[in-house]
Amino acid sequence: MKSYSEIDTTVKRASKAIGFSWGVSEEIGKSIRLLEMLGIAGVKNLNSYFKVYKNQKFQNISLISNNNTSSTPYCPISLGINFLNQLSHMENLGNLSISNVAYPILLIPFISRASYISGKKILLKIDEKNFLLNFNQSVASNYSDNNIVEKSNNVNISFLENTNLFSENEWQELYKLSEDTFVEESKELKEVAAGAGLNDND
Amino acid sequence: MQVKLREPSIVMKLSKLGSFHQSKLSFLRSFLNEFKDWKYSRDLFDLDANGFGRAVYSFQKNKRIYSLVCFANKIQDEDRSDRVIATKWDAAFTLHDGVPTKMDLDRLSNNVPKQEVGRVSYKELTLSRANKSLRVFEHVVESLSNGSQPDKKILSDVGYLYRTTAVYGSGKFGLADRFRIKNRKEINGPFRLEMMLVYLVRQFTFDQVNHIAKNKNPKKAVKLDTEICRNLGIGNSTGLGMAPFIVNHPTLLNNWVYARETVLKKIREIKNVKNEDIELFKNCLIKSIKSISFWNTQSEFQIKKIKQLKIDLDKSYKYINNLDTKIDYIFNEIYIWAENNLKDECIECLVSLMMEPYDEIVNPMISKMSSDEDKYFDIPTDRTIEDLRNILEINYSNILKIDFSTKENNQNFWFISKNKEEPRLADRYLQNGSELEQPLAIARDVKKLYEKISNVKNSSTVGTFLIENNDLRHVVRRAFIIEKFPYAEIQDNIIGSNLMPIDMLRLKLSFFGANKFDPRSDKWLRICMFQGAPLPNELNNFNDQWIYESLN
Repeated sequence: MKSYSEIDTTVKRASKAIGFSWGVSEEIGKSIRLLEMLGIAGVKNLNSYFKVYKNQKFQNISLISNNNTSSTPYCPISLGINFLNQLSHMENLGNLSISNVAYPILLIPFISRASYISGKKILLKIDEKNFLLNFNQSVASNYSDNNIVEKSNNVNISFLENTNLFSENEWQELYKLSEDTFVEESKELKEVAAGAGLNDND
Repeated sequence: MQVKLREPSIVMKLSKLGSFHQSKLSFLRSFLNEFKDWKYSRDLFDLDANGFGRAVYSFQKNKRIYSLVCFANKIQDEDRSDRVIATKWDAAFTLHDGVPTKMDLDRLSNNVPKQEVGRVSYKELTLSRANKSLRVFEHVVESLSNGSQPDKKILSDVGYLYRTTAVYGSGKFGLADRFRIKNRKEINGPFRLEMMLVYLVRQFTFDQVNHIAKNKNPKKAVKLDTEICRNLGIGNSTGLGMAPFIVNHPTLLNNWVYARETVLKKIREIKNVKNEDIELFKNCLIKSIKSISFWNTQSEFQIKKIKQLKIDLDKSYKYINNLDTKIDYIFNEIYIWAENNLKDECIECLVSLMMEPYDEIVNPMISKMSSDEDKYFDIPTDRTIEDLRNILEINYSNILKIDFSTKENNQNFWFISKNKEEPRLADRYLQNGSELEQPLAIARDVKKLYEKISNVKNSSTVGTFLIENNDLRHVVRRAFIIEKFPYAEIQDNIIGSNLMPIDMLRLKLSFFGANKFDPRSDKWLRICMFQGAPLPNELNNFNDQWIYESLN
């Protein structure tokens, strides 16, 4: 088994060799390591992308808007890096769609890091595949075959508001149960607790 | 009284960093303190009469066990090489997490002796190899087998029986990634498991030499004297492979230097220094003066430095001896005097010596010398160009003065060699390959970044700047790191013609706790580790200042 440190280093060097700057290559190294740690096929997808990178044309995105379309497939790395570059703006947009993205699995770690930095969960949809990115801690997904995904027609990214996944009623029911661990305090103990005996209007 | 931390623009100059000495903060000393109550044992010692075979040593506490697995091999003299391109070694080692099974040992025996071309697993933590110092090893075997102890002069000239030529950790060649083990309390300090490996290898070298002598002459052979063992360490040949580490790990570098600077500041702020503390300091100073004469090197560069150090240490002793030890803030007095009267080599030696009496100041800093580097990787892209400019002007003021249009300031480039994947340094104007330069020319790239943002609006965001300037992304990241970690950056140009790469090695090795720095060129040196250290069976009770005893 390759260690994650080996994956990080080799990916970084390979990314530089294929033409990315050192700073971007560092980001790619960390990203692929993250994908592999999350159990998503990072090396496989990157390797496949790099095989065609020099011979096919890919669109580098600069300013990202709500709707982004291109007849040439978008480079997932340029997209990921610029998503991080414009993160505040992305948050303001809330939802955005990008059509025609090459090797979209490579986008996941960048959006995952954006979830951590922004402090918001992000729902990433790559055609029919869904990825709920939880603050760069975990990913909930229906993509489990770990195959290479060469292209997606449509990628949707939505910042989710920080809300709970349960109702107030469900919370109250659980809280009530938790009260069974509390002990009724005696009158004597109440009289010596913090603040007791003092005039609180001082 | 409040003493300020020393300025990074002064401390982080390479000539200063290249004058650092081992101290109580050094990793090999803190390793010994952490493991002093662990149970040491030799679990397997299966060597043939010539000392070839396998052995296992372990440290255990509660349910945690670390096992050093050793493989001693027969190699031809012509195959013995300390260079990283070597493919055979007298012995190879790995530190295994837990107790290795028979299957583990067989797996390791097929891989550990091959080092870089073998594969180890996440169950292994560090990997190393070592060669005999043939002259010393054979002399010791000969002497012991004849019933006598070896000539101390010969031992003292070298200081070890074996020298390692690389010690790998953190995921290299399949080793465990650091994240798997970083929360273990006992390794909450940098390079602790590398230190453990080297320390146990040292014991293996004693056991092996005794074993060979005994087999050579069973009736007459004697064991190597304990006192002699204690005064032998493990050598190490270190080249440029180590230098880029301190550039590639800025937060870690900061934490090491910050710990040293914080300890110095706190010591200088002590108003009433106890008599016993100043006596301990003076005692270590006297021993250091004595030890200088045992610091052997053929390097003109180092000979000059040692000569000056000797003069300065004598001068320091006279000054301190005439000082009224009852004055307030005596260590601050000594430090200020040193800055005004001594060269860097001696100033930094005194800084190390001042730490000796102060466990209560030093120990809390030791656990802060690691770093969770990934936490500081993200660039705050919503910050403004004005912020970035201010950071550069405050933290890189010396760097921004360098003129990179001159040939000598651009002379060298760092690259990774194809044959061993090791960092190397070459002349940009004489050698090929500068287009594959590693991103280590931080000073040049910081200056380039500064010039590039000179025409960018203050209110513009860093993220917007990066859209068109990703070629500078690596130094933008560093700028935001140095904002939080002021000692994260070497304040020099490491591609300039006047670079002394061994200064970079010396910095790192001083934090390891190495001594007897012996430069063999401006690009590699030999050192010694654990010389004078207690033996494993003495760990529960040893003199914390052992390193000053050893150098004699």
